[in-house]
Amino acid sequence: MSGAPPSGEPPARPASPAVLFLAFNRLALQGFGGVLAVAQVELVERRRWLTKEEFLDTLSVAQVLPGPNVVNLSLMLGDRYFGLSGAAASLAGLLAVPLVIVLALAALYAQFSQWPMVSGALRGMGVVAAGLVIATALKLRSALERNPMGMALCLGFGALTFGAVALMRWPLVGVVAGIGSLAIACAWRALKP
Amino acid sequence: MSNLHPALNAAELLGLFAHFLMLSVLAIGGAITTAPDMHRYVVGQQHWITDTQFTTSIAIAQAAPGPNVLFVAVIGWNVAGPLGALATMSGVLLPSTVLALSFARWSGQRRESRGIKAFTAGLAPLTLGLLLSTGWVLAEPFVRDADHRYGALALLALSVGLAMRTRIGPLWIVALGALAGVVGLV
Repeated sequence: MSGAPPSGEPPARPASPAVLFLAFNRLALQGFGGVLAVAQVELVERRRWLTKEEFLDTLSVAQVLPGPNVVNLSLMLGDRYFGLSGAAASLAGLLAVPLVIVLALAALYAQFSQWPMVSGALRGMGVVAAGLVIATALKLRSALERNPMGMALCLGFGALTFGAVALMRWPLVGVVAGIGSLAIACAWRALKP
Repeated sequence: MSNLHPALNAAELLGLFAHFLMLSVLAIGGAITTAPDMHRYVVGQQHWITDTQFTTSIAIAQAAPGPNVLFVAVIGWNVAGPLGALATMSGVLLPSTVLALSFARWSGQRRESRGIKAFTAGLAPLTLGLLLSTGWVLAEPFVRDADHRYGALALLALSVGLAMRTRIGPLWIVALGALAGVVGLV
């Protein structure tokens, strides 16, 4: 991607909690089959509130804390800019309208599930949702270039995680405790002052 | 509409809320990681909804816009209507929200410390591995389905390529996928 600023400073920030609400509402409504891919496009590429590195850092923390990743990400980001009211605005933006839509769909499901075209559309959307998440991971790969551990070790830990979670289906708690501790220890050593 | 749901008394609603409070603390890696235990509780133990209702709850949330955690609201809705959705959603969000905000503030003050830097730098490659895993897990059922395998693989490759190489918004790529499904290409 061109135009990414070289330093760690993001070029923009939200003007008010209302802007945060609208931004998270907008990205939630675009997120079919998950919001993470859209969040990266909106927050890093479109609004430029976060650099790729900051997005990956915040997501890393959001990922290991309990709770939905995107919800944690929105809370942490909102709190960083405007404290509790920012966190509340981000969370409300992310959940309010999609909640109404999904409950309406749940109430209507009995009727629309009969149409064969609907199941085809759902299948196509499901495949694309998977593709968007994979593309997000590939796009964020360049954020590892500034990682103190170096690219080779990073790719090793990434591949190990993929093998353990996607192929072996190990529980995440164990993966984070095992591979995660090892990676944090490596990063700690690499950061030796 | 309301008679589609079993009538839960106040104690049962409180139990539902409490169970999802507990799951929230365990939901490392997202709410979906606790789906097996939700299933055990609402289908296996309490018999509030059927197996099919549980699976379609997740499918509906996947097809709707918004975060995947909304499947929790759909399960609550199918168990006990609006009050059920309120019980499961607030239960699953409350503890994790408090934790995320506390941790963000605590670590924000120590952002430049070696410990916090090592923590985020160490976990960054795991995060990318987990993202790839999520993509894999979402794609796998379509790719395993022999009737749709090649169409699904082609659409998967196309969506990755469009998202990486062009400025086309995610919503349009999803619409393209829906269209491919409607005309039977996938």
